[in-house]
Amino acid sequence: MRFLHRTTSAVPEKEKYFVAKPHELMWWKYKKHKLAVVALSVIVLMYLLAALAEPLAPYNPEVRHLRHLYAPPQGIHFWYDGSYHLWPAVCKLKFQIDPETLREIYYEDPSEFYSVRLFHRGERYRMWGLFETDIHVLGTDSGGTIFLFGTDGMGRDLLSRIIYGSRVSLSIGFIGVFMSFLLGIILGGISGYFGGVPDLIIQRIIEVLRSIPSIPLWMGLSAALPMTWSPLKVYFGITLILSFLGWTGTARAVRGKLLALREEDFAMAAYLAGASNARIIRKHLLPSFLSHIIVSITLHIPGMILGETALSYLGLGLRPPIISWGVLLKECQNIQDVAFHPWLLLPVLFLMFIILSFNFMGDGLRDAADPYASRVA
Amino acid sequence: MISYIIRRILYMIPTLIIISMVSFFIIQLPPGDYLTTKIAQLEAQDELVNRDLIDALREEYGLDKPLYVQYAKWMWNVLQGDFGYSWEWNKPVVDVIGEQILLTAVVSLASLLLVYLIAIPIGIYSATHQYSAGDHALTFLGFLGLTTPNFLLAIVLLYAGYAFFDKSFIGLFSPEFENAPWSFAKVLDMLTHMWIPVIVISVSSVAGYIRVMRANLLDELKKQYVVTARAKGLSERRLLLKYPVRMAINPMISGLSVLLPHLVSGATITAVVLSLPTTGPMLLGALRSQDVYLSGAFILLLSTLTVISTLLSDLLLAWVDPRIRFE
Repeated sequence: MRFLHRTTSAVPEKEKYFVAKPHELMWWKYKKHKLAVVALSVIVLMYLLAALAEPLAPYNPEVRHLRHLYAPPQGIHFWYDGSYHLWPAVCKLKFQIDPETLREIYYEDPSEFYSVRLFHRGERYRMWGLFETDIHVLGTDSGGTIFLFGTDGMGRDLLSRIIYGSRVSLSIGFIGVFMSFLLGIILGGISGYFGGVPDLIIQRIIEVLRSIPSIPLWMGLSAALPMTWSPLKVYFGITLILSFLGWTGTARAVRGKLLALREEDFAMAAYLAGASNARIIRKHLLPSFLSHIIVSITLHIPGMILGETALSYLGLGLRPPIISWGVLLKECQNIQDVAFHPWLLLPVLFLMFIILSFNFMGDGLRDAADPYASRVA
Repeated sequence: MISYIIRRILYMIPTLIIISMVSFFIIQLPPGDYLTTKIAQLEAQDELVNRDLIDALREEYGLDKPLYVQYAKWMWNVLQGDFGYSWEWNKPVVDVIGEQILLTAVVSLASLLLVYLIAIPIGIYSATHQYSAGDHALTFLGFLGLTTPNFLLAIVLLYAGYAFFDKSFIGLFSPEFENAPWSFAKVLDMLTHMWIPVIVISVSSVAGYIRVMRANLLDELKKQYVVTARAKGLSERRLLLKYPVRMAINPMISGLSVLLPHLVSGATITAVVLSLPTTGPMLLGALRSQDVYLSGAFILLLSTLTVISTLLSDLLLAWVDPRIRFE
């Protein structure tokens, strides 16, 4: 009886593996890559940050706090009013003018403090353009300020600007990758499945595009975007420019996979059974390499995010009033300025986090993409 | 081998033609006829317009003719070494860009060398000591390098130099050599300044190549021939360097065709941040002021240089890997 019990508990474990659907196998394999799981949650959090920018940002990113130009990040204190408190507070930020350099020197005045408020009523805004509200997740009472990341030269709250900037910076990668994905899968598909002259031509074009240094070319193309364009148009212009070089990698991956797969027995069987080309590609070939393609495009997202940042940093990409991480970093061009106001470099941290996460996620996905590759059982 | 070389060189020709078309496209992008805008701009500033020069240029570039004629004229001039006229500098483009292109090539090649010199040994170490503390540490550093885009690294480095060391990392020469003619002392001075941009430019590629080398070598180490060689009593060091490393290096050499454009591209933007006297700042300036012949020439020359080096890398690969010849 005991023996029987042991086998029944062992068999379902194994059976679970054999009857598992591909996506379940992928998920199991992905979960083994601990860093990739962490990375995935960071990415999800970042995108949530972008989606819920309005309530999450303590301030409107465009509002200038004229009495707080280049204010340093404010600390959150538990020790105030002469004793230890369970609820944090921020101190009043005051400044005096340095008699020598005439710079404003900010200091926290511990005698005047304001409690940190959660779900606090602050500036009014329209949530997703749908309804009006004034709830901010983080805030403090009027009279006090909560600039956790400091302010920029115009007195705008940097944290709020970073949160709003993530909308553009994070979405440009996705839209760019989606466009290059479409181009890549169509051109790569033609190239790989039909071969011959179209293959030769497409391969040549890919080779040429890959041999052009991307940043000079991006610079050249984006410098030609008319200054009169609306922010939205510039945004799509930049996305197009970024995907102009991005599709080649996907096309290569699609072609390589198609070349290998069309020789497989199941493709031949489908062909003999009278399936049309389109059907073979769509029903038999595409599903078996889609996961690889998704991996390859995931690894392209960081490049696109960085491309936008680089172009905006140079002043050739997005321009204010659009807020993106690149636009924020443009303030760091004058290094003497940065030496006095190092918090302006904070967007770099966000950039590194998201890029690191995408890389780890891609790593995990690559392992998980082919769940049948090496059987654990 | 010779037929392979000839075939590769012939392959290069269409590539170069398409690159020249892309560069010409960039010259054409700004709206309107370039000279007309320039004249309007000059007249608005009440500056004296040299009509004769403008008419001569209009004639030379065939600006009143259809596009393909303009392209052909421009190409014909380029082939004779005339890249057009730079308005910003009031000089022929060739006189403006010569030194910049050369310095870009020097900086990029130095970075390339550094990538291989660092990535291959570390990759070998990581693969042979898989999952050891050293491997984990190097992998982590590698990922950090991979995710820090070089221009951000340059900004952070500049900041650190300024804030902590009270030293400026800007430029490629000491002030006294800035405008000095080339001499041995100037070259030495450049070498002492060059290591910072070179490190900044190569860091992300080093990180990527450590990963590639590690993965390639790990694949090779699992193969039968390694087991066989070990069974035959070959010393571990000789076994490693003679067979698997040689195999694992091949994809890295063929990866040169991707690496080099990447380095040149990184060099361009790093140069802007660190104000190096290479192509970056000047290209940016040319693009901003729509000095189209200058920017077109930069893009054309940078791309051509990468294509030529890619050719060299292919030949190198054919020389290193005997199997290529049967293709």
